[in-house]
Amino acid sequence: MEITTQHFKHCDLLTVKGRVDSYTAPKLVEAIEASNKKDVFKIVLDLGDLEYMSSAGFRALLVGQRACKRYNRGEIVLARVPKKIYEAFELTGFTPLFKMFDDVTAAVGSF
Amino acid sequence: MRTLVFPASFEQLDPIREFVGQAARDADMSETEICAVQMAVDEACSNIIEHAYHGREGEIEVTSDFRGDTLTIILRDYGDPFDPAGIPEPDLTCDLEDRRVGGLGVYLMRQLMDEVKYEQQPGAGNLLFLVKRRRGTE
Repeated sequence: MEITTQHFKHCDLLTVKGRVDSYTAPKLVEAIEASNKKDVFKIVLDLGDLEYMSSAGFRALLVGQRACKRYNRGEIVLARVPKKIYEAFELTGFTPLFKMFDDVTAAVGSF
Repeated sequence: MRTLVFPASFEQLDPIREFVGQAARDADMSETEICAVQMAVDEACSNIIEHAYHGREGEIEVTSDFRGDTLTIILRDYGDPFDPAGIPEPDLTCDLEDRRVGGLGVYLMRQLMDEVKYEQQPGAGNLLFLVKRRRGTE
């Protein structure tokens, strides 16, 4: 798994590539926390090149979303969720917890 | 029937998914079925590493057995007993604050497979049977 962070005026854009499982999920948690430490709580996760995500990844997203939404200071939104991954979102009942966008520009623009 | 032994570490999840993915592919399963098997086995092995071995050194023996239209993945470990049946189902309708962080892996395992069975064999470790029947192209 690979994560790159880009800073925009109103949010951070985290691009997550590859596979998120119990081995790599801590890196996703760290990346979200790194943004939070800079007082950035509005985050776009670009999942366009995400190949796989296990429950460890869902847990990372849940913990991150809680931290970002606290005190109404922001939220995590998702862009370009692959169909395969979206099915797992539905299975875990996670779809209502995240706004999803078909493209990154719209997601960044939503903040 | 094929068996491979992997060290019980999260780093091995990738090769474990690769191994069972190939078994599902050899069984002529659909792409959706292959992904389901990979994810269920990943969740099961993650639980073994975390709850049976508690991060200690150990082994996970992964066996794939395909008969008729049924693929069975058997996981054997020698850690503490961990029966997924003892894990309550998560409430998937809770809002963000009340959502439990645990239990999701076991839930996914049950959803993705046709059958999940746990067995403890005295002196022969813990066995987890993950069964997936091939439905073919939908």
